[in-house]
Amino acid sequence: MNETLHTTRRTFLQGSLSGLLLSVGFNGLVRAEDARKYGADSMPGGTVDNPHVFISIEPDGRTTIIAHRVEMGTGVRTSLPMVIADELEADWARVTVVQADANEARYGNQNVDGSRSVRHFLLPMRRAGAAARQMLEAAAAARWGVPASEVQARQHTLLHVPTGRRLGFGDVAADAARLPLPAPDQLKLKDPSQFRYIGQGKVRAVDSEAIAHGQAQYGMDMRLPGMVYAVVARPPVLGGKLRSVDSTEALKVAGVLRVIELPGFTGAPMFKPLGGVAVVATNTWAAMQGRKALKFTWDDGPHATYNSATYRAELEAAARRPAKVLRDQGDVMQTLAQAKPADKIAAEYYLPHLAHATMEPPVATALVKDGRCEIWTSVQNPQAALDGVAAQLGLKPEAVQVHPLLIGGGFGRKSKPDYVTEAALVAKQMEGTPVKLVWSREDDLQHDYLHTVSVERLEAVVNAQGRPTTWLHRTAAPSILSLFVEGGKGQMDLEAGMTAINVPYDIPNLRLEGAEVEAHARIGWFRSVSNIPHAFAVQCFVAELAHHAGRDHKQYLLDLIGPPRKLDPRTLADNWNYSESPERYPIDTGRMRDVIEAAAKGARWGRKLPKGHGLGLAVAYSFMSYTATVVEVAVDAKGELKVVAVDMAIDCGPQINPERIRAQMEGGAVMGLSLALSGEISFDQGRVVQSNFFDFTVLRHAESPRTIRTHLVNNNHEVPPGGVGEPPVPPVAPALFNAIFAATGKRIRQLPLRDQLQA
Amino acid sequence: MTTLHINGRPQQVSLPDETPLLWALRDELGHTGTKFGCGMALCGSCTVHIDGQPTRACTLPIGTAKNHQITTIEGMENDRVGRVVQAAWTELGVAQCGYCQAGQIMSAVALLKQNTRPTDKQIDTAMNGNICRCGTYPRIRAAIQLAARRLQGAA
Repeated sequence: MNETLHTTRRTFLQGSLSGLLLSVGFNGLVRAEDARKYGADSMPGGTVDNPHVFISIEPDGRTTIIAHRVEMGTGVRTSLPMVIADELEADWARVTVVQADANEARYGNQNVDGSRSVRHFLLPMRRAGAAARQMLEAAAAARWGVPASEVQARQHTLLHVPTGRRLGFGDVAADAARLPLPAPDQLKLKDPSQFRYIGQGKVRAVDSEAIAHGQAQYGMDMRLPGMVYAVVARPPVLGGKLRSVDSTEALKVAGVLRVIELPGFTGAPMFKPLGGVAVVATNTWAAMQGRKALKFTWDDGPHATYNSATYRAELEAAARRPAKVLRDQGDVMQTLAQAKPADKIAAEYYLPHLAHATMEPPVATALVKDGRCEIWTSVQNPQAALDGVAAQLGLKPEAVQVHPLLIGGGFGRKSKPDYVTEAALVAKQMEGTPVKLVWSREDDLQHDYLHTVSVERLEAVVNAQGRPTTWLHRTAAPSILSLFVEGGKGQMDLEAGMTAINVPYDIPNLRLEGAEVEAHARIGWFRSVSNIPHAFAVQCFVAELAHHAGRDHKQYLLDLIGPPRKLDPRTLADNWNYSESPERYPIDTGRMRDVIEAAAKGARWGRKLPKGHGLGLAVAYSFMSYTATVVEVAVDAKGELKVVAVDMAIDCGPQINPERIRAQMEGGAVMGLSLALSGEISFDQGRVVQSNFFDFTVLRHAESPRTIRTHLVNNNHEVPPGGVGEPPVPPVAPALFNAIFAATGKRIRQLPLRDQLQA
Repeated sequence: MTTLHINGRPQQVSLPDETPLLWALRDELGHTGTKFGCGMALCGSCTVHIDGQPTRACTLPIGTAKNHQITTIEGMENDRVGRVVQAAWTELGVAQCGYCQAGQIMSAVALLKQNTRPTDKQIDTAMNGNICRCGTYPRIRAAIQLAARRLQGAA
């Protein structure tokens, strides 16, 4: 199959790449373009299941499987090739995984963003593996002159069942590659009981050895002969412009080669570089020293007064007045107006901006030469990086190559390839010389695409049993829309659709409103996106209602969810549904109940706790998966908090790589606790206040809970797969704050916790 | 010219004395296993051993480092404790993105060379300067305990 692998490579980039700037941005925007397409079909490039694209087998049986999506820590570079190998009946020990370049026309969508890799590519990868297996079986049958139905592929061997004759995969690979692909309706996928690797948790991550030996290649590690290094001083305020720069002293720094002015962006920020001044040097340190020696005057522009305290007051005001109605059932306003004050409960929750702070800061290496541009980088969305570079450099997409390297943490930051285009722009000025453009930690925190900041206001009217009969949720947060549309505001479907509009609670009068507030920073998406503020507010508020009713939180939550049933998201006014088909992916309250029960059982909910301890619970439905968390905390007399244990439950449908699912659950618990305990980016005079890990603090070893138990629920191959990367995060912060309330009686409604317990 | 003693071999760089060891390793000598994460000795991604002591290479000038034995992640496969720790890391599937793990391993090896029976608290103290954003802390702790058991068995 090796030959076909090479010849078909030429067909790449046939698809239309015009108009992709919006669609590469975010799944929800893609949907807006074509409302009839769902799932992978709604993504640029769609899916490809042609085995020639992904599999090649040498005469000696050595097998190469292409990983077309990039690794950022979720395990996808292992899991998807492993799925192919399983259906192929390949021996994993004889498989080498090779990383694909950016080329969505050839491979299908490559954007590792939105917890979609397994969700969208499980079936195409199974089909590719099964097709190749059937072609090998047919080739062996032809060699023997027997019916193909008598041949079975088993672990790199083809067996003629009646006679016991055997051939290796390599013996017939060349014959197999010349056979026609099986017709789609002739594909024979394995029964899940026949899986060797899927669901077994026995396959080690392909990069684990290289990582432990310091040999794994990340974007930061790219080296080329004659390479130079660059850092950029960017306008400190979003949309600011360089008025003047004095580079006299910078050019005197040993190793500094050049100082290059970069134009700022116009219009919406999108994935455009911010502009500023690049310093190019013989090593990274020299470039950084040169940058320190630059003297600037900036024109800060319209966002120069952005201040987080002032902005919070604006959000609170917006959350207290009527806003755009996004879901409305019954009569919320009238029932609220008529209710007795004693039956009304209201609460407001505040969540600040967050930075991704990937351990590897953004970095890209670019070489512009002979009318072409070649890029080596760690990027979640390689095709968007390619398209962005082509557009900025005025090159045809065919003249740009993007080679993805391992990503040292993504969490959504590296799906925005502004830093890749920036490197290409500097490389264009250094024509013929490869340039590695490195962001420092300060650059990363001060010029991130931040998680939004929000005020979530909830109001309820409860009946005599303490159950809500009226529910009003008003969310006030700058929108991701502002990234793509200048001045864009208001909750987009994809934001409202994240555990706000689609609460599956049986409440007769229910309304969601989204305020329209201006953005003053680049609003991006951070692992699990708007699920963070929405799940925090909704799950804390339910716990508050349970307490008001004098009832056990878990039982109250289960009652609110109601009996197991499948809800069409459209009946909850959710027309987005993560761009998945509402028929294929209904909201299954039974699965939601199951994860609650699993997390609660793991934590032994209801047991008698030591003094100062408390258990807190939260549930979420995000990226087509159901997650629940129970946190146990201990708070001492001085208000010192210790997270004793965390129970994490997930139902993601079929479990493809359970060992990596557990890893994501553990990591999601830590990241959720991190943002809950200390995560905050704030602004003053339009500038980010924080600059490094001393003032943007993240969870460290000593604060990390000693016990994180993971509970994988249901493993059902009858339902389509759900996401795994993002779903662990949303229930963690509300479970923690509910546990703090259980332990102390203090209801805290503001993230992060910091010293609020000592106050 | 400055001579640095890295993983038992002298290597020469032509850089100002104040240049941090990290950039000499990465940009001049191509030892890219030692990672850049913060530049302020806050995250531990650049941890190396200086005469066996865990040290952040991002703030250590080569003018100081030149008088000492420098060991990097690339030297761990020739180190008895290093090999045990690397094997534990791989077996327990510690890494997610993996970017911080070289630094984590260097801190863990330094701990286990001093103390083959570390308590949880001693692990926390030794490892607290190493941040992992993916949240692999529980597995790092488990891998250190696994390596410790094996080192005790070998002792």
